[in-house]
Amino acid sequence: MAGFLARRLLNYVVLVIVAASLAYMLAAMALDPRSNYADRTPKPPPAVVDAQLTALNLNDKTPLLQRYAVWAGGVLRGDLGMTVAGSPVGEDIKRRMGVTFRLVILGLLFGSLLGVLTGALAAVRQYGWFDRLSTGLSFLVLAVPVVVLANMLILLAGWANEHLFGRQVLLVSGEYSAGLDAGLWAQVVDRLQHLILPTVSLSVGLIAVFSRYQRNMMLDVLGADFVRTARAKGLSKRRALTRHALRTAMIPVVTYFAFTFGALLTGATFTEKIFGWHGLGEQLINSIFGNDVNTVAAISLLAAVAVLCAALAADLLHAALDPRVRS
Amino acid sequence: MTLSEEELAEELTEGPPPAVPSRARVVAGRFFRSAQGRVGFTVLALMFLLAFAGPLFSPWTYTDKDFTAFMQPPSARHWFGTLQTGSDVFAVTLRGMQKSLVVGLLAALVSTALAAVVGAFAGYFLGWTDRALSWVTDLLLVLPAFLILAILSPLFGPGQWPLFVVMLALFLWMVTSKIVRGMTVSLKEREFIQAARYMGVPPVRIIFRHVLPNLSSLLIVDATLNVSSAILTETSLSYFGFGIQPPDVSFGTLIADGSKTAIYAPWTFWFVAGLLVVTVLAVNLVGDALRDAFDPSSSRKGPR
Repeated sequence: MAGFLARRLLNYVVLVIVAASLAYMLAAMALDPRSNYADRTPKPPPAVVDAQLTALNLNDKTPLLQRYAVWAGGVLRGDLGMTVAGSPVGEDIKRRMGVTFRLVILGLLFGSLLGVLTGALAAVRQYGWFDRLSTGLSFLVLAVPVVVLANMLILLAGWANEHLFGRQVLLVSGEYSAGLDAGLWAQVVDRLQHLILPTVSLSVGLIAVFSRYQRNMMLDVLGADFVRTARAKGLSKRRALTRHALRTAMIPVVTYFAFTFGALLTGATFTEKIFGWHGLGEQLINSIFGNDVNTVAAISLLAAVAVLCAALAADLLHAALDPRVRS
Repeated sequence: MTLSEEELAEELTEGPPPAVPSRARVVAGRFFRSAQGRVGFTVLALMFLLAFAGPLFSPWTYTDKDFTAFMQPPSARHWFGTLQTGSDVFAVTLRGMQKSLVVGLLAALVSTALAAVVGAFAGYFLGWTDRALSWVTDLLLVLPAFLILAILSPLFGPGQWPLFVVMLALFLWMVTSKIVRGMTVSLKEREFIQAARYMGVPPVRIIFRHVLPNLSSLLIVDATLNVSSAILTETSLSYFGFGIQPPDVSFGTLIADGSKTAIYAPWTFWFVAGLLVVTVLAVNLVGDALRDAFDPSSSRKGPR
């Protein structure tokens, strides 16, 4: 077991290093920080621009590998470099990380739990009304991209606030109301009001994917001999289903989880940008438009680390569910 | 019935023996017998017809601006209404749909071809080829595709959409190639491949002549489902300005513009969003029905 995990971990560390390096190289090649100075008035002299770019390790006249070496050396010491505006990348990112991870973790929890539950329930009564309904809905949801879904939710919320609730219940912009001067309880409620729609828009797609997958796996397992044996030795139907069928059917789903995590991060990016949350995803989009190479590279590094942590978590879960992996 | 009787019966039947229906015909028959297949195919055909024949019936082209009608709701003059600039929403939407469909189709074809080749080579040669190719596959699976495509977006200038298609395809092939690899490994041990090998057929030729044709059903289904993922990815990228660049329009750019005005001018958002959802839904239906048609026993396998 320890050997298995150590091997996986080593493999993942190598993948993170290569992925982050690749992302830095691509960003350094595709983005052009020099163009940020082009439309300033008065136009700064080329020598000043060069000096400033060199100070930020962004000068495209320095060979790419040399810039990469400086960046990589900094990252190893925990220094993520400077933004184009000259402030350290790390501080800004630390502040935004909390926002993004709150969203991602909530979305993931709701998405995977509800998805697995829906799929399992649908499989238990195959071709029942719940099965048909969930299949149809997930088919529909899989055809709606997050960007469209989020916008639809915003429009729906506006309509519902006006016609159903009669006041602002679902808030669609930002993480909290700025300048809200109220007690702790009101602050919490305000944050929840802001949280509902982004979480929904992030987790609905996940629910659809996980429920389809769990349903299919569950159907394969339900007819298996060991479930019949569990029933035959006297377990109640509920116990046989939860202890034996659900657990076995979740093994492939857990493996699948690692692959969905990247998609989840992407979805979080869209959600943040559309709902005006100041998280990493929003920062990524802004910094690509601002030619901010170091910020882009830092966020890519974080994304790669996050994906591989998810993969490692999936491995651990897999080992916990499937005894054969442990030996 | 004994053997001689059978022979006699054969001699007695008139005319040539009944033709064995071809596989394509069997699959097509199964496909069109399922409701999913019929609905999906019809809707998709209608969408293509609308996208490519629709502009012929509209008095406006996508570059026209009607300076007498800004932000007007749908009317007989402008079927889907107009935008803030006076553009006809119907004409612009169809133009965006053309681009999205073409980008989706091409990206799906390229990515499936790539998946087939990489997966088959890895599975056939095994050893170092397999290790290297599998490692690249894993690496690309780790990097969120949106991130890399967004970083590379400054390279897709106006009119550079073929490059965009290639990049899009580069991030869609990994999962399929893993499946193709697995199937190739087992296919390699089959008699007809071994026979070809002992006859001295070179490996590359075996892959293209014997391995890949035997995986064609998987590849066709995958290509279909990739069309919908390509359209969805394209939409998301273009929404944030990372994909199709103006003056070209696509579903993504139109939805981005429409969502800003959707509250007071719903026609700028809902027509495009609706057409996108219907198109993707139809593609997914066709893909599912095709999978069932190729392999009736597989109808409840797979996540999609």
